[in-house]
Amino acid sequence: MTATTTADTMRDRFARVTSELLDEDPRLAVVLAEIGVAGFARARRRHPDRVINVGIREQLMISVASGLALTGMRPIAHSYTPFLIERPFEQVKLDLAHQGVGAVLVSVGASYDASDNGRTHQAPEDVALISTLPDWTIHVPGHPDEAELLLRHAVTADGNVYVRLAAQANVAPMPIEPGRFHVVRRGSRATVIAVGPMLDRTLDATAELDVTVLYGTTVRLFDAMTLRAELPAPAVVMVEPYLQGTSAPWVSEALRDTPHRLLSIGVRRMENRHYGTPEEHNEAHCLDVASLRRRIGQFLGG
Amino acid sequence: MTDTTITGGPVSAATLGYDDLSRLIALMTGDEKHSTSADSTLDVLWILYDRVLNLTPATLDDPDRDRLLLSKGHGPMAYYAVLAAKGFIPIETLATFGAYDSPLGHHPDRMLIPGVEISSGSLGHGLPIGVGVALGLRAQARQSRVVVLVGDAELDEGSNHEAIALAGRLALDRLQVVVVDNRSATYGWPGGIAPRFEIEGWASATVDGRNHDALAAALTAEHAGQPHVVVAEVEAGA
Repeated sequence: MTATTTADTMRDRFARVTSELLDEDPRLAVVLAEIGVAGFARARRRHPDRVINVGIREQLMISVASGLALTGMRPIAHSYTPFLIERPFEQVKLDLAHQGVGAVLVSVGASYDASDNGRTHQAPEDVALISTLPDWTIHVPGHPDEAELLLRHAVTADGNVYVRLAAQANVAPMPIEPGRFHVVRRGSRATVIAVGPMLDRTLDATAELDVTVLYGTTVRLFDAMTLRAELPAPAVVMVEPYLQGTSAPWVSEALRDTPHRLLSIGVRRMENRHYGTPEEHNEAHCLDVASLRRRIGQFLGG
Repeated sequence: MTDTTITGGPVSAATLGYDDLSRLIALMTGDEKHSTSADSTLDVLWILYDRVLNLTPATLDDPDRDRLLLSKGHGPMAYYAVLAAKGFIPIETLATFGAYDSPLGHHPDRMLIPGVEISSGSLGHGLPIGVGVALGLRAQARQSRVVVLVGDAELDEGSNHEAIALAGRLALDRLQVVVVDNRSATYGWPGGIAPRFEIEGWASATVDGRNHDALAAALTAEHAGQPHVVVAEVEAGA
């Protein structure tokens, strides 16, 4: 079994569910910067004052979300990962939590879904960046059903929430609970935490290994309680679909009183000047099943 | 550590007048005779709070209140003096300006001061946020006025131009920008500031930023179907 792109993508589900929520909740508003406009065409006709396309103006997109929230509304801002998080990062920092208001930021593109578009459309640094700010919730769904559940949860909440959608997805959804790691299976030699779309590949790679596998779809807050409770041996493997080591400080903090080893697996810090498919980029970053099997096996010492 | 947040509500029944502002600013600067001409925003702020905005300490949380977003967060003493004169913050608080436990920093923080609509300091945030506030009020069918105060040098920040273009195209007629022009932008604005708004669909007025009646007239002028910019010209370097 390998990660696949399902017919109903997370992005499709986002547009459909958000359009339904716009009908139900008069506080909800969507702010777009051209990306994703087609998916909201019908919703925009029904709610022209609450589906707002600001044009190719990403700083303004975040600031408009802030202004909407200052009037008591619940805004969702949406774009490709680098244009939602990196380009307007000061607006994300100063116009939301610093103003005491909240928004839901929903990205598409993940680390390199847009593999053939090159570096400009790729942002494996996003989760690390948001993690520098206080009081953010970060959801990384691995399946459209999980994306829907986490999105509905995010819209109902009041704070700042980042929902990271991806084209690469697991074949089946898991019975997740927002904020908690889900125990997929239990073993004795280590705890492997697979985040979002990394689950299927991680399960394939560890099929022959006697390890506990946890599944994370919320990484901030970091579910330290479940990690501490599900630690058969002091060895942790963190498998993340974004910048390698992003959650290492949170593992370290969760296990601060437990001598332990940690293997951080994720997107490598490099300028990978290649196009092609996401699967080819998985291989380049050693995130394919064979590489995961080799790396985790070496870490456990055969 | 003491709680530095000022709780809301009127702090003084009797409010003060324009002539008291220099004394209030002196409480922050320590100058015996502070010259109000040193504060480029003072007259605009006074006229807004005294004659234009539907906003009092008693209506701070009213969703239909008018809103002033001070984007030019630098040199906020004139702002704090006006807020104190109008009863939003206790006069005694002015003397704590800039201290660790003071709510009054060198840039204002909306989480610490009642009546401050945005926390500012980094330039180019207020006008884009103001566009969002105007859109939020429009979506809720509220008629409140949204006034954003910026400086001429602050217009260097490109984020303002994203906001100017969109506000014009979306005809955000509850939005008004006051540009306090003390000619502090290093490279200036050839052809003037107002035309940069007009070409995007804004109505405009350029007035003497020290003339109270002219300011009041410009700030209360009708601008149906268009956002409005008032360029308030003051002495260079003020």
